[in-house]
Amino acid sequence: MTCNLCGTQEATIHLTEIVDSQMIEIHLCENCAQEKGTDFKTHFNFTELLAGLPEAAGKSSKSQTEKKWTGQCAQCGMTYGEFSKSGRLGCENCYDAFSKMLLPLIKRIQRSIRHVGKRPLKSGGASSHNDLRLLQDRLRKSVQAEEFETAARLRDEIKQFEEKMKKGRKSKNE
Amino acid sequence: MSDIDTFVKQPAEWLRASGPESDVVVSSRLRLARNLKGYPFLSKLNAEQREEIVGRMGEIVPKGRIFERTYYFRYSGLTDLDRQFLLERHLVSREHAAAKEEKAVAITSNEVVSIMILEEDHLRLQSFQSGFNLMEAWRIANQIDSEIEKNIEFSFSEELGYFTACPTNVGTGLRASCMLHLPSLVLTKQVHKVLQALAKLNLAARGLYGEGTQATGNFFQFSNQMTLGQSEEEIIENLASVIRQVIEHEREARNYLREKRKPKFEDQIWRALGILKSARVIPSSEATQLLSLVQLGILMELLDSGLTKTDLNALFLLIQPAHLQKIMEKTLNAAERDICRADLIREHLAKISL
Repeated sequence: MTCNLCGTQEATIHLTEIVDSQMIEIHLCENCAQEKGTDFKTHFNFTELLAGLPEAAGKSSKSQTEKKWTGQCAQCGMTYGEFSKSGRLGCENCYDAFSKMLLPLIKRIQRSIRHVGKRPLKSGGASSHNDLRLLQDRLRKSVQAEEFETAARLRDEIKQFEEKMKKGRKSKNE
Repeated sequence: MSDIDTFVKQPAEWLRASGPESDVVVSSRLRLARNLKGYPFLSKLNAEQREEIVGRMGEIVPKGRIFERTYYFRYSGLTDLDRQFLLERHLVSREHAAAKEEKAVAITSNEVVSIMILEEDHLRLQSFQSGFNLMEAWRIANQIDSEIEKNIEFSFSEELGYFTACPTNVGTGLRASCMLHLPSLVLTKQVHKVLQALAKLNLAARGLYGEGTQATGNFFQFSNQMTLGQSEEEIIENLASVIRQVIEHEREARNYLREKRKPKFEDQIWRALGILKSARVIPSSEATQLLSLVQLGILMELLDSGLTKTDLNALFLLIQPAHLQKIMEKTLNAAERDICRADLIREHLAKISL
């Protein structure tokens, strides 16, 4: 395996880090590692390294059209231009009225456009999606840790959960 | 004596210097942003609607079972000094304290929970814990949020979660933050590395008093940036795992200072103490910086004294401008405060001899 940084020397130092719940590996040769100071015990240099790699760079290209778009929220009267200036929306309907511009923006800053956290009691309480995701997460971890008994139990729980959600959806549609 | 003045005598919850990892993590804070259904967000509210929200919350708060001993302060009933005082105790934000229009804040008598009414969002609910204890802060905030929700409907959608005025808060509306005391990382000039790394992990580092403030006295607030696509527990755990690493780095740096740079390090701490014990005039930024070093000396048992880290933490708050004026029970200008501050510090440090 060759070094990720210089691409010529044989990599002898291998680093693994979890960033955004993804496992990322970096392989370095002795020279590059020394230059980047990875022998000094710190994880922070690692992320700096990561940012220097070609694939991590150039991700943050801003859309040019954003400022020119004109739209207005019918409910509170806020224009998209107003929002661009203040960064604050006028009412909940703005999320809908500006969705064309806003959703990509939210995706960029939040890296997601799907809520999985707490829900108000009036909307059914707790968070079913969230529970499922937590279970799946735990399953993955237990497989990695080779705790197969736990994994089997979690797999069954997930199955039950998914069936319950399917049924719930059907009864809602009927 | 007004209700607010009862707080002067008691130490703020987040400065008790107890709880897990309190040698590095001063306090943990968790806030939830919520907006009431049926009203526009803050910038589009008219005077009538503002009054309605302040009034409704004033009715709801005392009703709640967990709000048994809770003060509800309307801003029209507070002086500028009162608001500055609440700001220094982190019970309200800078933006909220600066308001000209009517606003309100609900504060539990133990100062563990505060709810700002009409901040950037209609409600900003926050809970505090001393030390490194984000999960407990979340448990409390979650409970209070559910309690309020029994009486009021929040603006929410299945897709985007809780709607907030700023899209950077949408979803969970959750901001978890810890205040870290990192004197050794500053002394060994490593703190910038930590701050750079945080930015890349989508976490934010700020000064003592939140957004846009300078880090003074080696205190830093670390918080999550993203609020959507992850559950509350995941957001908290992500932040906590990074903070755990920062704690280790600070402790490593403390050991390094003790073992490799002992004479120089001890010199810095004793000089800081020397200045604090002899100054007759001292501005708060200088005092905070020097107290941070003395705190480090106490934590590392370099200064043998009857003073504890809790005493020191309390002092950080008492020397703030509004606190000084509340203690002295009179208005003081900046020059007078610098004198009072120096007196107060000498008095509190009398137990340590040079």
